[in-house]
Amino acid sequence: MARDPQAALVAMNRFGFGARGGASGDLVNAASDPRGFVKAELGRPNGALLEVPGLQPTPALADAVFAYQDEVKRAREAQAKAASETPEQPGQTRGLSMTAADAPMTAPPAAATTAGTSMTAPAGEPAPATQATPAKPQQQQQPPNVVQKTFRAETLARLQRAVLADCGFTERLVAFWSNHFCISAGKGELARMWAGSFEREAIRPHVLGRFADMLKAVEQHPAMLFFLDNQDSLGPDSRAGQNRKRGLNENLAREIMELHTLGVGGGYTQEDVTSLARIITGWSFAGRNSRNGAPGSFVFNANAHQPGPQTLLGKVYQDDGLAQGEASLSDIARHPSTAKFIAGKLARHFVADEPPPALVARLESVFKKSDGDLKALTLALIDSDEAWSAPLTKIRSPYEFLVAGGRLLARVPEDPGFYLNSLNTLGQPLWAPAGPNGFADSNAMWAAPEGMKLRLDISAQLAARLGNNLDPRDLLDLVAGDATSAETRRTIERAESRQQALALLLMSPEFQRR
Amino acid sequence: MTMDQITTSLLTSRRHLLLAGASFAAWAYVPKFARAADQRDPRLIVVILRGALDGLATVAPVGDPDYAGLHGAIALTTAGPNPALPLDSFFALHPSMPEFARMYRDKQAAIVHAVATSYRERSHFDGQDVLESGFAGPGRVQSGWLNRALEALPRGPRIAGALAVGPTAPLVLRGAAPTVGWAPVTLPQADDDTAMRLVDLYAHRDPMLAAALSQGLKLEKVAFGDDMKPKPGGNQIAAMRQVARGAAKLMAADDGPRIAALAFDGWDTHANEGGAVGRLAQLLSGLDGALAEFESGLGARWRDTVVVVATEFGRTAKINGTQGTDHGTGTIALLAGGAVKGGRVIADWPTLKMASLYQGRDLAPTTDLRAVFKGVLADHLGLSERALAETVFPESIAVKPIKGLVA
Repeated sequence: MARDPQAALVAMNRFGFGARGGASGDLVNAASDPRGFVKAELGRPNGALLEVPGLQPTPALADAVFAYQDEVKRAREAQAKAASETPEQPGQTRGLSMTAADAPMTAPPAAATTAGTSMTAPAGEPAPATQATPAKPQQQQQPPNVVQKTFRAETLARLQRAVLADCGFTERLVAFWSNHFCISAGKGELARMWAGSFEREAIRPHVLGRFADMLKAVEQHPAMLFFLDNQDSLGPDSRAGQNRKRGLNENLAREIMELHTLGVGGGYTQEDVTSLARIITGWSFAGRNSRNGAPGSFVFNANAHQPGPQTLLGKVYQDDGLAQGEASLSDIARHPSTAKFIAGKLARHFVADEPPPALVARLESVFKKSDGDLKALTLALIDSDEAWSAPLTKIRSPYEFLVAGGRLLARVPEDPGFYLNSLNTLGQPLWAPAGPNGFADSNAMWAAPEGMKLRLDISAQLAARLGNNLDPRDLLDLVAGDATSAETRRTIERAESRQQALALLLMSPEFQRR
Repeated sequence: MTMDQITTSLLTSRRHLLLAGASFAAWAYVPKFARAADQRDPRLIVVILRGALDGLATVAPVGDPDYAGLHGAIALTTAGPNPALPLDSFFALHPSMPEFARMYRDKQAAIVHAVATSYRERSHFDGQDVLESGFAGPGRVQSGWLNRALEALPRGPRIAGALAVGPTAPLVLRGAAPTVGWAPVTLPQADDDTAMRLVDLYAHRDPMLAAALSQGLKLEKVAFGDDMKPKPGGNQIAAMRQVARGAAKLMAADDGPRIAALAFDGWDTHANEGGAVGRLAQLLSGLDGALAEFESGLGARWRDTVVVVATEFGRTAKINGTQGTDHGTGTIALLAGGAVKGGRVIADWPTLKMASLYQGRDLAPTTDLRAVFKGVLADHLGLSERALAETVFPESIAVKPIKGLVA
């Protein structure tokens, strides 16, 4: 097959996370069979699963966070007791920073590069960052708690997978669905603890499976039930509702229909929202000291479930407990509005803010015909001509940009700090969108003035660290090869230093657009 | 985000982890030469100016009849407002460098003019490779000449390894000999030059990104209130001083590194270079401030110090159509420090007559920059001519060290 550099760019950037550096040969491989390159990952059984030693299931994480919270409580009580006995000396804990203020300039070189072997990596294979900087001004830093440690470990596992993947298409799908069915780690300690396990357990097993299965896994996951408050929702006529004089919380029901399936204008009414809210009362998770099951596991609490049949979208669902809600979700997953909503969103994410209508129509039809088979849907996207002929107009999201950078520079992340900080800076904090609608997926969102300026700063920082050891001309060939524009090539070649060239390369349209 | 976070988090390789455990063992040795009879304990600092410095604008040959015409609107003069500072009857120093001028008067600074590496093309990357690797041609980036010079030193008592200033070690100091790294904690934002190049690329390729980035940059200027300042802004000057101050402090210690290398960016002045004032003037002011910081920071050690300032190549003798200069060949090297035999401009002046210009464009190089480096390494650190010719600057036997650069 003839090599097609432009199609290789589509394969690597539109569908994947960008070409890897080093000797991966990604762009060349993609150029010889672009569609095959993208599809290759889809054939791997369980290829989307993320099973990494140390990452634990949701109930185990609940145990850990409850234990941690108990510990904090005990410590606080002990401190309060001590304080009431011996009054605190004013100013006791201050003053530490006084001597530290000058530390950056006065500290001796804190660590050293070893005999230059570390600096002699061949061009194109960046030498590791071995130079040390002096200690930061000392702060009273607590060691990370279990929530922070868990969040970082989950982040690291996700990043490593994304940076190492051959094409990254599967990881792009994971990120897409995870954002579609987002929770926010900002909701509280439980959500932060579960942000990673939610994705591993509810999203990953289903990205190439059935939409209905993913929907059920998501809506029954403790992280989602916590995020959208369903564990607090009581059927008004249920035993718990009667006893506690409390009632429905419609949050989850509304977002299921508005954001997860039918979409705004998808043909549901407020009455349907209330019905679904009643139908899923009792969908909860076991808390600490629960008699219903292991803490952090999904439970159906019949005591909280609204009794009786419910009418939803014109259909009556008899009250058979948990099955009432599962049957409802199963039907919503197959609703024509869901097919339309998902088709549009997928095309908008991968192809263009205004995707070709014919493509959306075809995806919608495949979704319906295949009964929500996400692998069939995904293959229809890859097999479409539109996905390969539409110009690369979408700007990479901050996450996509940073991962693409890690891949190009051929570094396996070993500490997620840089990524997490940069994502915060660029307005896409990991697993923490501002609302249940997830991060917007448009150029208006990510190509904003302040965002582009900050992206440039981050590129410059990366380049300052790494650019000295790289030949930007080689990297440019890895990024876009023959598809590089003359202007970008000239800009890189005329840069006054390798660092500047790398910063410009990371900011070039060939790197930013997908 | 701090530099630390990048250092520790960013993309480290397995290989790095293996090495990290041993990294505190990065010791070097005081050159034996240092404790010789005259009690000298030499310090050597190499400053790389990235982007190719306009030597004719920095040390102007005001006595050359062709200079004013070629350098046009940006030519320096010794009269009028902001006059250049006369060095001798022929050369004058850019007015942004009063500290260097003072050192020169005190015979602690010297200039080598019409100098160049052996590189004769016009690529920054390749030019910097040649300048820093010490090889005659590009493509050899495994180690730098300063690192190999360290290896060739006769070894005295143990001290910290050579100091690589900045987020990464410049090529000149990369290699087998131990180095330590230091960088100021505050990371600079992308500099204006990089931003402007990107805006230009977007303007040609991606109007939407051009509009967004331009607006983002403008917003930032407004936020910081320095919209009217010439580029690059004062921050870069302060940053140059800060880097030098930190490095000097480390090197002043008894057990501190004796040798250091650092790089300053931003010398690629294709447009609006400026004359006595303007963009280049700002940069030179930063460099001048950095030299002053070395002097004050090294204190008593300044007496034993040589700072060498070099760039990958020069710029065209004639200014271009945008009040700047393009990539050229011959340029200057600056020497400063108490150990320098200063108060001189060392030049086999080729003149700026059209027939004398290299390729009809550039100041013709008459001195090999390696001869300057060799002279310093031989007289200041005691390296043998043989080591210099074979390992430090391979296959350079024909390039003789310039004698007498060090007092």
